[in-house]
Amino acid sequence: MKSKKVFIHPEAAPLKPLAFKAGICDGCNRCVEVCQVDILVPHPEKGKPPVVVFPGECWYGGCCVAICPKPGAIRLNTPLMNRVHWKQKICP
Amino acid sequence: MKDHSCQCLEWPYPLLYDKVQKVTTDVLILGGGIAGCWAAIAAAKKGVLVALVEKGAIIRSGAGGSGCDHWESAATNPCSRITPEELTKAMIKAHLGYNNGISHYIECREGYDRLLDLERIGGKIRDTEDEFQGAEFRDEKTKFLFAYDYENKFTLRVWGTTFKPALAKECRRLGVSVFDRTMATSLLTEGGKQGARVVGATGVNCRTGEFITFQARATVLCMSRPTRIWLFSPGLPGISEFRPPQCTGDGHAMGWKAGVEFAMMEKSVKGEWSGIRSFPPYGTGNTHNTWYACNMVDADGREIPWVDRDGRILTDISQRYRPAPGQRLFLKGGGEPDIPNYEFQWPDILPVEKLMANGFKLPFYADLASMPEKERKAIWGLMVGEEGKTKIPILETYTEAGFDPKKHLLQSYGEGWKSGGFLPQERQFFGLPGGMVNDWRLRTNLEGLYAAGDQLFASNCHGHAAATGYYAGRHAAEYAKEAVAIIIDSKQAERERIRVYAPLKWADGIGWQELNMCISRIMQHYCGDIKSEELLTTGLGLLKDMQNNEAPQLSAKNPHELVRALEVLNVITNAEIVLNACLVRKASSKPLHFRRSDFPEIDPPEWNKLVTIKCEKNEVATGEKPLDYYGSLKRNYEFYNADYLEERQS
Repeated sequence: MKSKKVFIHPEAAPLKPLAFKAGICDGCNRCVEVCQVDILVPHPEKGKPPVVVFPGECWYGGCCVAICPKPGAIRLNTPLMNRVHWKQKICP
Repeated sequence: MKDHSCQCLEWPYPLLYDKVQKVTTDVLILGGGIAGCWAAIAAAKKGVLVALVEKGAIIRSGAGGSGCDHWESAATNPCSRITPEELTKAMIKAHLGYNNGISHYIECREGYDRLLDLERIGGKIRDTEDEFQGAEFRDEKTKFLFAYDYENKFTLRVWGTTFKPALAKECRRLGVSVFDRTMATSLLTEGGKQGARVVGATGVNCRTGEFITFQARATVLCMSRPTRIWLFSPGLPGISEFRPPQCTGDGHAMGWKAGVEFAMMEKSVKGEWSGIRSFPPYGTGNTHNTWYACNMVDADGREIPWVDRDGRILTDISQRYRPAPGQRLFLKGGGEPDIPNYEFQWPDILPVEKLMANGFKLPFYADLASMPEKERKAIWGLMVGEEGKTKIPILETYTEAGFDPKKHLLQSYGEGWKSGGFLPQERQFFGLPGGMVNDWRLRTNLEGLYAAGDQLFASNCHGHAAATGYYAGRHAAEYAKEAVAIIIDSKQAERERIRVYAPLKWADGIGWQELNMCISRIMQHYCGDIKSEELLTTGLGLLKDMQNNEAPQLSAKNPHELVRALEVLNVITNAEIVLNACLVRKASSKPLHFRRSDFPEIDPPEWNKLVTIKCEKNEVATGEKPLDYYGSLKRNYEFYNADYLEERQS
């Protein structure tokens, strides 16, 4: 089978699981390499944050955040519908 | 920053659809999760060549890759007050016989050995920093922390986020050839014949599309249990199921096609977890699993009573962690049955109906603030934190959003630990589901093919995956040392290469999400809570139609989509196995959560057996095994593992 150039269009998903901070992320791509679902690809420009090309497939496991060496560079956005409720405990 | 979220990108990896890589090894491990990494380590220690094939990356992949908060059935730890025989028999009895005596005895007998191995390679299994010094659940001498039954001490609280990177490093240190980002697609058999000796497998690289053939003397299947059969969201496939979305049960599907025998595939339970139907696992107030045995209060802050199995109100928290008067042990953890069993019933809060009758008001909340400090920290910080998928999504995210366990009450949703409500037809493979039949070497019915972890019938948790992985790896290596290498059948490999690449032919065919959604709809309608001959055969017919008409139009535009498309084909195969198994059992069954409207009698004595199915000459062949086919646990184990026992002793 002959290989040819293939282009991808990041899929439109109802949620945005990850947010990168460009000033902090230095594009080391450790998150790309740890993601078991493989939803990220390296940015075409070296040093830039990866691109989330398959956001709908995110498992929300957080391994990308856990492995990131730059605190605050990557944020896991819990799906809004999955946000839970808590309240202040009132002591008698 | 330039926004690349809305523009076309060139595929960033080289495309190698025209390449075939040929690998020869002694032991081939398919699936690099917990079971697979342990299998690779065990085989490599035996001095044979090992190749490990993993769809993700072994550093964190698999259902247990992101963490583990408690290690069940470590019956041989020095503090345990129960023997492996006693615990295994209890686990079998709790499921009314429908359990894997062999694999769970291995778990009880060797699970603690694996914990010690983990510690040697960098995993954290004890409270070395004395964070919990003085806690009731801590053994001061060993610094082990226990969960659930503090009397019998067979479940350990562990720092499981340290485990997978340590295993990955050890695999590499031992010289295992790791094939990350590679999906195993089929088993290769001697002469290409179904039911013959397994002599290797095929795979496709998830990024480059390169096709790979693996020739091996022995193969160990270590992949996930089937998922995405009933539960699927085309928009949010990543959280359709409890397990990671790429854990689709590929091993079951390829095993079926090769002729592997399965048991308990008719069992499915009402959904336990799914991001599309419930809140994040372990992320809501409850009293189960990771949250056992947290205080709960009602909407007015009224404390919800805890009771033992006899309904006696428990007056202090310590009693929740102990068997009731006259009770030998209670079973609690990841795989407990939904069916209450008096003998092994754990202390729990009063049932919801009783609470309603006594004026307790919804919603209920977990009240960590009123727990003793060390119990609170063990739940929030240790277990929620070290359990898979909790450190970032729950512990860090909630903390950042202002949740303070000393001040806040966390709401409970749905029933208990399920964190949500499911419809009866929204089913999952959970709580000891179906899988491959094994012998005392963890070999399947096919020569050269071994199975471990979720691949086995009645599989369970992290400790089970680790113990059976290591066990299958060492037995496969022993076999490989003696077995003659067989050249793979090139025609069979070529047929598979054509099958694998078929979705690339279509620029504008059917997407994998649509097909998966269709399968889950068929299964909800035709293999839901209550089943019948006509429903099941109609469902099979619909799947067959899809197999013939829509599946050939599956389309993929890059290697990533190709892998997703191949997974859906496996989901179809797995759904077919389930439907066929359901057709074979002509009786309803409580422990199998199995109801047939045409055979309503529950567990008639003549059906108290394992029903087995396999594919033979491309037809479904059925069989049966007595529930206790494992025989004498201790005697059989010691007979088949004399070398291991000698090695551990020295």
